[in-house]
Amino acid sequence: MALFFTQLLTGVQNGAVYASLAIALVLIFRTTGILNFAQGEMALFSTYLLWKFTDIGFAVWLAIVLTMAVSFVGGALIERVVIRPVEHSSPLVIVIVTIGLFLAINSLAQFFFGSGQRAVPTFYPEKVWHPGGVIIYSDTLVLVGVLVVECLLLYLLLQRTKLGLAFRGVSGNADSSRLLGVPVGRILMLGWGLAAAVGALAGAMAIPTTAGLVPSSMQQILVFSFAAAAIGGFDSVFGAVVGGMIVGVADALTIQYVHRLQGITLIVPFGLILLVLLFRPAGLFGTTRVERV
Amino acid sequence: MSLLEVEQLTGGYGAVRVLYGLDFFVDAGEVVVILGANGAGKTTTLRALSGALDAKGHVRFDGRDVLGRRPEQVAAAGVAHVPQGRGTITDLTVEENLRLGAYTRRDRDVDGDIEGWYGVFPRLSERRRQLAGSMSGGEQQMLAIARALMARPKLVLLDEPSLGLAPIITQELFRTLSSLNREQGISMLVVEQNASLALGIAHRGYVLETGSIVVSGSADELSRNDDVRKAYLGF
Repeated sequence: MALFFTQLLTGVQNGAVYASLAIALVLIFRTTGILNFAQGEMALFSTYLLWKFTDIGFAVWLAIVLTMAVSFVGGALIERVVIRPVEHSSPLVIVIVTIGLFLAINSLAQFFFGSGQRAVPTFYPEKVWHPGGVIIYSDTLVLVGVLVVECLLLYLLLQRTKLGLAFRGVSGNADSSRLLGVPVGRILMLGWGLAAAVGALAGAMAIPTTAGLVPSSMQQILVFSFAAAAIGGFDSVFGAVVGGMIVGVADALTIQYVHRLQGITLIVPFGLILLVLLFRPAGLFGTTRVERV
Repeated sequence: MSLLEVEQLTGGYGAVRVLYGLDFFVDAGEVVVILGANGAGKTTTLRALSGALDAKGHVRFDGRDVLGRRPEQVAAAGVAHVPQGRGTITDLTVEENLRLGAYTRRDRDVDGDIEGWYGVFPRLSERRRQLAGSMSGGEQQMLAIARALMARPKLVLLDEPSLGLAPIITQELFRTLSSLNREQGISMLVVEQNASLALGIAHRGYVLETGSIVVSGSADELSRNDDVRKAYLGF
């Protein structure tokens, strides 16, 4: 039983990372209707920045804040410079552009930061507790805490501010919002900026708990996050969190208990995507748009 | 000087030209109607005015050139556009739709205005917490109008407000528009296929045929014009 709970907590910890990156996917999907395949690599680049900042001596928490700020600007610029020119193209063109971004950002990260393993420190003390044989790492508590704060801030921004209302207006009906005087272009930049910052946070939380940062660090995380977003529904922040937890826990328990799937546990997120799409194509919390005319 | 002065307005979609040099104006406090059949260019005219479409010519609004500006800039200048199909933001609540209508405003009186429009449209008040997409077409049209007026615009562009509404709802809607104009002095440019209703509340009107204005005059003159009666009033 202790083993079960230990694995459960591992799943929750990973789930918090998947949730965070899935939130980034949702923020972009809601405003621009784009599935951003480059989200993981954007987070990768951000995490390299974080490593660089800590390497030159910044305190880790300060480095995280700086990284998020730089990522926000970077994300907004990517929207303006790379996405805007193709925003009215067919979905296929946009998918290809984001895959191109994926490759470009990954290559740039290797160009600037090399391909060796980089150690990214945590901003909190690493501790382990053993209540009743269950292993609890401080990582798990911090990651879940960060996710909760992140969700709370996003909720306040989206539901309680004029900017958030404009963001939701543009998500719902960009043409109509534009006629009301909402500067849609700037809101789209905001969406990409926020997503990049949230993704940077996901990287900053995930990588220190792994062996180190390498150019492929975010790729598997992105696959799990896509699964999380698909399960939750691509337009729901809350769904992304629930989806992240489902994927994280299912994966951790499969690794522990289903020996037949040893080595091919990637089947779990894909299997979950398939199941959800079969029975609830809009995801668990996604909106199926209902309109009366 | 008129509130809105339009000279030689041309425009279209890509290589397809829809408007062939329109001249018209709207004075402050006026309701002006543009009549025309499907495809005459009514919606295109309004979209050109609000910057949602590339167009050429001269458009002076409130003394300033606005042609070539982006829709959000035209909106900020004081032109509210109620688009065809109402432009409801379906997954915001009724109240959030109204609040978004005040996006360009910087004053603190938005809540007061929302209550004011609830007074004019009690149905919206009853449904203020409801998602706007779940309302009937008539209610959504009321919402679209109230939302446009939340910006405290100097001019409201209304694109086929009667579209898809039951006749009795349409009549009620036009009565409301007329009283908004009389009591609050709100200027309106209305494009409509329902000519008799539109002329009933308008001061002046224009008839648009395949991208050109073919007749213009006071609402009374248009109602008496034989061609207009045959083509648009059906008697």
